[in-house]
Amino acid sequence: MRYIAAKTADEAAGLLVDEPGLARILAGGTDLLVQLKSGLVEPDLVVDIKNIPGIRDVTPENGGFRIGAAVSAAELGEHKGVLALWPGVVEGVELIGSTQVQGRATMVGNLCNGSPAGDAVPGLVAANATVRITGPGGSRDCPVLDIPAGPGKTTLAKGEIITSVFLPARPENASDAYLRFIPRTEMDIGVASAGVSLELAADGAISAARVALGAVAPKVLLVADAATAIVGSKLEDGALAALAKACEAACNPIDDKRGTIEFRTRTAGVLARRAALIAYQRAGGSK
Amino acid sequence: MKSIHVTTTVNGEPAEFICTPDETLLDVLRNRLGLTGSKEGCGTGDCGACSVTVNGRLVCSCLVLGAEAEGAEITTIEGMASGEALHPLQRHFIESAALQCGICTPGILVAAKALLEQNPDPSDSEIRYWLAGNLCRCTGYDKIINAVKSAAAEMRSN
Ligand SMILES: Cc1cc2nc3c(=O)[nH]c(=O)nc-3n(C[C@H](O)[C@H](O)[C@H](O)COP(=O)(O)OP(=O)(O)OC[C@H]3O[C@@H](n4cnc5c(N)ncnc54)[C@H](O)[C@@H]3O)c2cc1C
Ligand code: FES
Ligand code: FES
Repeated sequence: MRYIAAKTADEAAGLLVDEPGLARILAGGTDLLVQLKSGLVEPDLVVDIKNIPGIRDVTPENGGFRIGAAVSAAELGEHKGVLALWPGVVEGVELIGSTQVQGRATMVGNLCNGSPAGDAVPGLVAANATVRITGPGGSRDCPVLDIPAGPGKTTLAKGEIITSVFLPARPENASDAYLRFIPRTEMDIGVASAGVSLELAADGAISAARVALGAVAPKVLLVADAATAIVGSKLEDGALAALAKACEAACNPIDDKRGTIEFRTRTAGVLARRAALIAYQRAGGSK
Repeated sequence: MKSIHVTTTVNGEPAEFICTPDETLLDVLRNRLGLTGSKEGCGTGDCGACSVTVNGRLVCSCLVLGAEAEGAEITTIEGMASGEALHPLQRHFIESAALQCGICTPGILVAAKALLEQNPDPSDSEIRYWLAGNLCRCTGYDKIINAVKSAAAEMRSN
């Protein structure tokens, strides 16, 4: 194995493209190092991206924020602007691991590791976040939803690296929330999770919604029917029941000792309902 | 595997070492720099026995490559006491009997110090959440939490 700390994104992309063997990008390393040690991956080349200028910066852009791919969870959690605009995204990222893991883990690493249970991902999908990608063919933007391709897999081509995540601007009465279920209170893998982002009209009715579910399918789900179920409502009981039902209908989870299919499916609906209520309150809707 | 030459700072002192690309910072500290205070409990980020700070951030040194230490500032448990004078956290861990075998203790001390630097008066639940990534198999957590609290109180009064 060779280790190279790339000085630019283009250099990193070039190194990855030219590597005939197995290559891996290193961000926080909290997934990659565990995989290296267990022998799950044996890369010929590891390209550290943390020294690329700007890749650890959070920058305001068009009323939203551009977050460098190597910004750690701890750094993101300390950013008051991002926390105020997208609290649901930040709370998902802050659920990842312990204080020590937070010091290193990145949300892009969480996304690119490809776990269906990645805690950063549903919040980003609900937020309609996009990533900026540098690759051999130049630069492109892509919705976060289109990056996962199934457990451990992404749609990124050889040589492509994500350099930043963009969280867009949002109107005044809008907010989001993320909830997950784990058997413990800390340091565990989600059994089901939900991210909900809402915009409210002046009268408090929901004017736009995005509902994303984690850990209940081979990759994150954006559930359009769940959004439809609550748009126009003020989260009355009927709308919440329809939301949960739409979420349950979308689930296609695994069955294992941590959660049966029935349990994961029910829980996803319950979490979506609760996350919607939290997002609604944060957006200024009263209930 | 080609060796890498790394120049870094450990506990305020310049340090240099040679390591292989797959060697972790924990391995480097213990095997190349002779700093065996940081322990390996799991090697996978779960136990916190290897806790150090890198550029002021608390991390698991078992999940950092030695090569990543280039140009960084590292602090370890060995940098905690000043000469013979123990850090208040160290003293209170002894006085409160907050350790038995001691394997988890260096990591917990390094983590608790990082907590008190940003929050001098943490609540019980803030301490428990902050230390959730530090596992202890013998002492029981109450004594550890109490030791952190009494050290914090002493540090606030100074
Ligand atoms: C003790 C412990 C507890 C954990 N708890 C949780 C948890 O509660 N929830 C959770 O979701 N995860 C958890 N994790 C997993 C892990 O911490 C997260 O997935 C983390 O966000 C990964 O980020 P990273 O920067 O460390 O990724 P890395 O390990 O650096 O990278 C992960 C993968 O993504 C690729 N990659 C990284 N950056 C890029 C990029 N910019 N462009 C393209 N590809 C890239 C890498 O090549 C690698 O394949 C835990 C891990 C540990 C060790
Ligand atoms: S040895 Fe590093 S966390 Fe256990
Ligand atoms: S004192 Fe033995 S593990 Fe904590």
